[in-house]
Amino acid sequence: MKHTLELPSYLEQDDAVRDRFNRLKQRPVTLEVQGLGKEFETAGGSVTALKDINFKTHKREFVCVIGPSGCGKSTLIRILAGLETPSSGKMLLDGKEVHGPGPDRGMVFQGYTLFPWLTVKKNVMFGLEQAGHSKQVAEEDARQWIDLVGLTSFVDSYPHQLSGGMKQRVAIARALANQPRILLMDEPFGALDAQTRAKMQSYLMDIWQNIDITVLFITHDLDEAIYLADRILVLKAHPGEVQEIIEVPVPQPRSPDQLLSPEFLATKKRLEELIHPPEEGDEMNSDHLNMVRMVPINDDVQSVF
Amino acid sequence: MSTKPKMQWFSVRKELKPKQRLFLSVMSFMLPLLLWCLVSYIPWLWHPKVEINDPGAVSYFKQGMLVDRELFIKELDKLEQAGEALPQGTLANPIYLPAPHEVAVAFYTAFTTEPKRRSEKWLHESLWDSIQVIFWGFFLSSLFGVPIGILAGTYDFFSRLSEPFIEFFRYLPAPAFGALAVAILGIHHAPKIAIIFIGTFFQQVLIVSNTARKLDPSLLEAAQTLGAKNKALLFKVVIPGILPDLYRDMRILLGWAWTYLIVAELIGTSSGITWFITQQARYKNFDNVFAAIMIIGIIGISTDLFLAWLGRRIFPWQRQTASA
Repeated sequence: MKHTLELPSYLEQDDAVRDRFNRLKQRPVTLEVQGLGKEFETAGGSVTALKDINFKTHKREFVCVIGPSGCGKSTLIRILAGLETPSSGKMLLDGKEVHGPGPDRGMVFQGYTLFPWLTVKKNVMFGLEQAGHSKQVAEEDARQWIDLVGLTSFVDSYPHQLSGGMKQRVAIARALANQPRILLMDEPFGALDAQTRAKMQSYLMDIWQNIDITVLFITHDLDEAIYLADRILVLKAHPGEVQEIIEVPVPQPRSPDQLLSPEFLATKKRLEELIHPPEEGDEMNSDHLNMVRMVPINDDVQSVF
Repeated sequence: MSTKPKMQWFSVRKELKPKQRLFLSVMSFMLPLLLWCLVSYIPWLWHPKVEINDPGAVSYFKQGMLVDRELFIKELDKLEQAGEALPQGTLANPIYLPAPHEVAVAFYTAFTTEPKRRSEKWLHESLWDSIQVIFWGFFLSSLFGVPIGILAGTYDFFSRLSEPFIEFFRYLPAPAFGALAVAILGIHHAPKIAIIFIGTFFQQVLIVSNTARKLDPSLLEAAQTLGAKNKALLFKVVIPGILPDLYRDMRILLGWAWTYLIVAELIGTSSGITWFITQQARYKNFDNVFAAIMIIGIIGISTDLFLAWLGRRIFPWQRQTASA
């Protein structure tokens, strides 16, 4: 028995949403990726992790990248951050080609990567001091950013004294303090429990709405991608290629009660189709347990139903 | 049945209660001591010698002499058959195994025993010599070993340039350089310091470089995305990041340096605690020998406990559990 729900097409946008996307596309391009590819040399020959990736992000846009495991989404963001070199193609930030890591592209990692020997304040000051700001200026700035993520009472705490969610808020503050052009986030909430994750998502929306930042956010959680993104870049695996760029038809600003709206569900259905295509489903059907009934014939609980 | 859970002593990979752990720590010292006491104080346990109280008619026995038990019994039998005066004796351990209370007393008397000759040193002077040799050997080794280790662990350039040779050199036993060190550096402290240096330095470079290599690479990546370049990565990330581990390495290496001390002090003119030990052994003051050996252990473990305590103070970001 299947519940079927009449859903609109994910391509259908109401006027406000369509209008917003039109305006969004008029904005200047922050990041442009052209023909990006990455091949790894392994013992079994060369493996193509990414192939001919092309996309643009506009100023203050929120883009999520989603795809099945092995689609190279982490490789993509590491290349964008400059932590790995692409085998082909190039990336332009504000129209200028960039190579290697730099403070113009902030990064938030899944593992918290806070410096354990520095207090919260000193962690946030790190990039500012690297940029050549004086200690006083860096400290003042850092306090503002810490205030923004609501951790004022923890400025002198060490990372190990914070919860996972708090650590990730410090990591966001630390990345934003450098005032990067784009914030790259590699499954930043993947290690958090569901409740904390929901809270972090709304913090992130708040921050994004109020400061000049473009966000590229990697996730494997469909709901998270739809809830956060203006557009979703869907990758497919082997080789990692752009499958579709979806304009999320859910109106902005977002709130948790949109999670069951028709547009939301329609988008989710489309993502499910792209990420778990039917032929893969067949494979999964044949991959079932070899089960025999192992309950005594006269057991008092005969069936779990 | 009581509601209180029973004390568990054996559960796989589970920490015991603090009380149990303290008890076992005390026992780890008490058991060897107990064994020593048993062997020393229970006459029928071991005691292969007989101390002569009265030589009787045996011409070569003297009062206070230690003879083998078999020999004593043989002589006893002989005299019994001949009907002459029997020797008297008590069972004793060899002179090289003094009883615990004798060593305990020696902890005091070793310090108050006047040197046999005027040119010789008191125990505290010998100990001070040893501590100086250890300090300089370890200090000089660390002065070069730590920076080279950090560089080798951070830059492949320095790793390739230094480590193959060091890997080779660390197999050369430090004492083998004794004669050479004396020829080059004379007979006093310098060659001894050199032996401790050789014994420590090469291991130190490898251990430190390994520690530097173990730093979480994502911290370096994070620092790079925050704009840190080569020099800042080394001084602001690698070095502060490995400090607690480096500190722990140094504690272990200092222990190694102590193990080279005895060999080092035999080189050239024997000196320090080693000289004291060999000298006292020559005079058959084995209680003093035991006391001196134990003093080395006590200095070693108290330095280590002090450094562990200090480490917890100077690295406040280390979790308490990780600092053991």
